[in-house]
Amino acid sequence: MGIDYLSPDYEVVRNPQRCIACRVCERQCANEVHSYDSEWKVMKSDDSKCVNCHRCVALCPTHALKIVKTDDTFKINANWTNEAIGEVFRQAGTGGMLLSSMGNPQPYPIYWDKILINASQVTNPSIDPLREPMETRTFLGKRPEKLERDADGSLVTDNLPPNLELSVPVLFSAMSYGSISYNAHESLARAARELGTYYNTGEGGLHEDFYQYGPHTIVQVASGRFGVHKDYLEAGAAIEIKIGQGAKPGIGGHLPGEKIVGDVSRTRMIPEGSDAISPAPHHDIYSIEDLRQLVYSLKEATNYKKPIIVKIAAVHNVAAIASGIARSGADIIAIDGYRGGTGAAPTRIRDNVGIPIELALAAVDERLRQERIRNNVSIVVGGSIRNSADIVKAIALGADAVYIGTAALLALGCHLCRTCQSGKCNWGIATQRPDLVKRLNPDIGSKRLVNLVSAWQHEIMEMMGGMGINSIEALRGNRLMLRGVGLNEKELEILGIKHAGE
Amino acid sequence: MKRVYVNEKWCLGCHLCEYNCAFANSGCDDMVKALKDVQIYPRIQIEQGNGINFAVNCRHCEEPLCVKSCITGALSVQDGVIHVDQDKCVGCYTCILVCPYGAVMPGPTGGVVQKCELCTNNSSGEPACVKGCPNRAIVFEER
Repeated sequence: MGIDYLSPDYEVVRNPQRCIACRVCERQCANEVHSYDSEWKVMKSDDSKCVNCHRCVALCPTHALKIVKTDDTFKINANWTNEAIGEVFRQAGTGGMLLSSMGNPQPYPIYWDKILINASQVTNPSIDPLREPMETRTFLGKRPEKLERDADGSLVTDNLPPNLELSVPVLFSAMSYGSISYNAHESLARAARELGTYYNTGEGGLHEDFYQYGPHTIVQVASGRFGVHKDYLEAGAAIEIKIGQGAKPGIGGHLPGEKIVGDVSRTRMIPEGSDAISPAPHHDIYSIEDLRQLVYSLKEATNYKKPIIVKIAAVHNVAAIASGIARSGADIIAIDGYRGGTGAAPTRIRDNVGIPIELALAAVDERLRQERIRNNVSIVVGGSIRNSADIVKAIALGADAVYIGTAALLALGCHLCRTCQSGKCNWGIATQRPDLVKRLNPDIGSKRLVNLVSAWQHEIMEMMGGMGINSIEALRGNRLMLRGVGLNEKELEILGIKHAGE
Repeated sequence: MKRVYVNEKWCLGCHLCEYNCAFANSGCDDMVKALKDVQIYPRIQIEQGNGINFAVNCRHCEEPLCVKSCITGALSVQDGVIHVDQDKCVGCYTCILVCPYGAVMPGPTGGVVQKCELCTNNSSGEPACVKGCPNRAIVFEER
């Protein structure tokens, strides 16, 4: 209270005619918004604690609840918005940085929504994926420079560079055990195995229970080197060096000591209660040559059997950086756009740093083609892939596959309340509290992830069929299949696509 | 025979099963009408304490003590499901005393007992507690 009182952003609206006072909302809210007044025999709510995660709304058996944006407002000002004023008040009161979670929510352009996909009419027939073969399988990694045949004319297949085989061009992005729960990790791991794709450990190490999913795991090595040891590197199908993250390019990570408990501490190989601080840079990487040393150290450690991914955030000179990475010996470049999610990031960084993934992808693919090194690496993009059309557009712009993080969490129940940093996730995802973690049953979670990706796979096949294309390989970099709407000349030039009507 | 089982690992103690049970057995097609401002008498009940929750309802024992002890023949086994004939029950509560699970309880009037009959005696079709469990902690399966 006091003079710094800020009215809550959202209000809990309860329909008293429908509420049966079963108190499910009260029991399910880790933020303790709801309470029961036994004297008046009614449910009450404290809006100031509500984060709008919709757990109570989803579980209310009589649909008596809704959450609405408050209409309480300071004097309307297009420049000094309510948010802007409130943030100043908060910082004047605390002296601290503002923290946020998940991806950049600001109204910047979404280029996916300004790109349209082609379809065949008359001259080149479309393909019906229900009747004809349609290939969504793809491989990530270096391509051989030339085909070789032996004396019998058979293809020589030894000494091929290590590749990842994906039955759909979708991987689950890096989310560490610690930032998300054990059950969230198990859901991702089981779904990746069932779908024939991969999930990513993030910088949290690999829990001993999940070594069984190793062939479908990408293990990450990031600047804090948490949880990295020989068995870990050998357990994964590929190793990812994380340089940057779309939500917070240029800065490191910080998992507070409260979350470093039990298995999280053991898996990260750091003492319980100690903050897990990932430095902003890798302290041994200050050049592409240094990066090459780490790439080859990891290859050496795993006997050159695993592809190495280098993940960077999409920033201004991403094309030049990607060119360097392609020459560093990495097999796959992962680029994370500015809409990419996070478990916690300074709000100013999340909302103002980085560039859209669509532009970064187009620029990187073009640059690598010009330099004739595109076949040295595969490109995986992430940072707000929201649906199968985004995937088709990404592949046509030049991506080999996409990472999905936020969409995967949504499938697990996340409602994007963007309060992961509090550690009180009511959906059992971004929390380590045992009573909350158990809310995510991996039997349900993995099934929902499989459903989501399978549904997208069907849609990708339909869209490819419509274009008369029958494989992901034939769609990749096929920018003639895209047209822009409402984009200026410069944007079209960077995206390498024509305007609709051209 | 398929029975209702509860997996403590996934039970959140949200008590939704109790309300779904009370609604299913209310004979009413509107949950608000059925349950608003009334004391509920669910046939499945959450046991909780020390961070552990699990829902308990009739185990449909193969050798049911309740049926053996019933003095009026109100309790009977039909196709493995233990039924109570509330017309025959005199409310002596012997079954409540002998049930090792606490799964038989007085009904709303107190004059007769009630228990889970796997929703075979109402219009739910399948057990309402199972259908409404948000975390698949309650399952209806053969074991």
